[in-house]
Amino acid sequence: MSAAPLLASFGGAFEFIFTPQASNVTGGKGVGGIDQVIELTLTQLEVTVLALALALVLALPAGLYFGHRGAGELVALGVGNAGRAVPELALIALMAAAIGVGLLNLTVALAILGIPPILTNTFVGIRQVDPASVEAARGIGMTEFEIVRKVEAPMAIPSIFTGIRTATINIVATATIAPLAGVATLGEFILGENVYGPDGVLAGAILVALLALALEFSLAGLQRLLTSKGLRLRPA
Amino acid sequence: MRFNKTRLGMGLAVLAALALAIGVSACGSSSDSSSSSSSEGEGAIVSNPANGKVSLKIGSKNFPEQEILGEIYAQALGAAGYKVKSDLNLGSETVAHKAVQSGAISGYPEYASTALTSFFGLEPEEVPSDANEAWEKANEEFEKEGLVAFEPTPFASANAVGTLKKTAEKYGLKDVSDLEGVSEKLSLYGSPECRQRIDCLAGLEKLYGLKFKSFHPVDISLRYTVLEKGQADLSILFTTDPQLSAEKDKFVILEDDKHVFPAGNVIFVTTPKVVEKAGPDYEKTIVEVQKGLTLPVMQELDARVELEKQTPKEAAASYLESAGYTG
Amino acid sequence: MASPALLAAVGQVGEGFFHERNAGNRPCQAKPSHLFCWDWARENIDRYGTPALQQLELVLISVVLGFAVAFALALLAHRRKLLRPPLLAGTGILYAIPSIAFFLLLLPITGRGRTTAIIALSAYTLQIIYRNVTVGLDNVPESAKDSARGMGMTNRQILWRVELPLATPEIIGGLRIATVSTIAIATLAVFAGAGGLGTQILAEGNLHFPTTIVIAGGIVIAMAFFFDAILLTIQYFATPWRRARAS
Repeated sequence: MSAAPLLASFGGAFEFIFTPQASNVTGGKGVGGIDQVIELTLTQLEVTVLALALALVLALPAGLYFGHRGAGELVALGVGNAGRAVPELALIALMAAAIGVGLLNLTVALAILGIPPILTNTFVGIRQVDPASVEAARGIGMTEFEIVRKVEAPMAIPSIFTGIRTATINIVATATIAPLAGVATLGEFILGENVYGPDGVLAGAILVALLALALEFSLAGLQRLLTSKGLRLRPA
Repeated sequence: MRFNKTRLGMGLAVLAALALAIGVSACGSSSDSSSSSSSEGEGAIVSNPANGKVSLKIGSKNFPEQEILGEIYAQALGAAGYKVKSDLNLGSETVAHKAVQSGAISGYPEYASTALTSFFGLEPEEVPSDANEAWEKANEEFEKEGLVAFEPTPFASANAVGTLKKTAEKYGLKDVSDLEGVSEKLSLYGSPECRQRIDCLAGLEKLYGLKFKSFHPVDISLRYTVLEKGQADLSILFTTDPQLSAEKDKFVILEDDKHVFPAGNVIFVTTPKVVEKAGPDYEKTIVEVQKGLTLPVMQELDARVELEKQTPKEAAASYLESAGYTG
Repeated sequence: MASPALLAAVGQVGEGFFHERNAGNRPCQAKPSHLFCWDWARENIDRYGTPALQQLELVLISVVLGFAVAFALALLAHRRKLLRPPLLAGTGILYAIPSIAFFLLLLPITGRGRTTAIIALSAYTLQIIYRNVTVGLDNVPESAKDSARGMGMTNRQILWRVELPLATPEIIGGLRIATVSTIAIATLAVFAGAGGLGTQILAEGNLHFPTTIVIAGGIVIAMAFFFDAILLTIQYFATPWRRARAS
């Protein structure tokens, strides 16, 4: 495969991101360009953040609670395993066909995708905390709640954040096909080759990849901030 | 980790049985590409042994009506003795167009109106409403690209603004122009690319001067679901949709009085090279086999696939048999 | 072709061609959100065979390829600790890129089809397997390595005869996670033009027909659990010393 057409494709895609391009089917109006790119990116970000927030609210307390109590291992691990096996396309399609399209339904469906990794990793993270530390904390008179907050959760941060990062990756990836279900995200470029052309499709792919990586780096950075120095000395 | 042997064993057995079922059914189902060649017999299409040396690949775009047409052509050509493979579900028109230009497929069915607006940049009003005129105009342009298109089908298909009958009655809607003054209160649902297309939302905004309360992109398979669920006030439908005749008292389409939605008959697009290689039976078979595709027949075939959920292959086969093309 | 007399009758569909259509006799369409039609499912189950096998084929090739690469990288990083951060970051980047985007980014380079799908799917498995192999090797107790060294084994022998066997549960654990995830993600291979069960969900106007979605999704989940169970069994039999300790 020669390099020149390859560079041309990617060059065309980059141009598409910044300047509106002509399109055969729009009757003269330009498509693409930085304004549309920002609009669709923000929508995808909004959907991702909403779904992630919902997933956190539901899964994080449950993971902390059951991890602390040491109960429900089968459920917590089972949910994690089952969650990995669910194909996101089928989930979104089923939601669209059976329940309905739109932002609210989509957010719930995406949150369902995000719950398993957060629940499982939080649970496992808490369970792996050294029991001696917990006993010591109990010994000095901390309440159960304080133990979770001050001892177990900080030590489980690496595991919890792995779960959050996985959830985010799953959610932002699935949000790409949201235009099939009523919400206009960057998938518009990918699904609309007739309008946006191959440059637009490639641009959509590049933008989605960049968005996912940006989120991943931000969360990795946040994780470093929240991990106490003592834990950071441990190898990855 | 503790292993419960019994539960593990049972679980494995159940899953193994499922896998076996899938495996057996896979052996039973035919391969997805090649169409079988003819039953010799009472069908009007006679297998010509000379065609056996020619390999053809028939493509189609990625929605049911297109897939049915692709199957009809593929099976008919197979009955005529060609070695046929199909690659249906290529994608949208740009993908299909590129595929036939590059030789990845031998040919595919395209709507004359789509070709004229999407490939050759005509405005929707400029598309001729006469089927033969549209075909000739498209052929002129195709020839410049090194392609050629065969005669058009009897039926034509177009986009349409559709709604629930009770919505139409509530607002007194018969033509699309009746939406003036009303459309600001109504939501419109269409395919993701509809928003920008001049033969869809962009055209409604520019040529009818309509503004809608909101536009939501959805996959085209959901175009009736969103109306039924009450999420969409208006939805972009197709004039060949089976639901329009099967559920007449539920759905209506508004008349396109300003001709924003050009109607297109289907023309088979291919290359002169393939035509030469394949011999006279190629064009003859295709042109003959599509003569039975009147609007009611196409709607019936669409109904088989979209409502009864048959495969396009089955629907095509039963059309060919019923119309006497194959035995 | 046929004689003119025959041609005159040809082209008109026969009498029984048009089906009676009313709300009553349409299978599963009477209720708009009818979730599952047993009759239709029973009659049409053979549609799913080929796509299911296509998907499985993609997964098996990708997981084997991904395992080979990730395993090699992990062995490389096992002794050379400097390589670890860049390798972890690199595989992490490949993991974070959504598969649809990956397919489309590869399209100009490898075209539509299985190659593109396999490359993207393999890349996805790298971080999971790499991380599990590394962690598994790290968790081998020093005492085991010391005894081996005491017996006169070379570093290489220690790796293959002591460290890797002890790391097996962790490694197979990683393989399990990678396989299950890849089976689910391979549903999207339809966007790369590589077939799979995603075709049954997205094609033929199926997005409004829950039964197809449920069947296709169900098969994916069943395949995932099936291979998970197989790997779990392998893990069980590959670690006899664990079993001895448990009983």
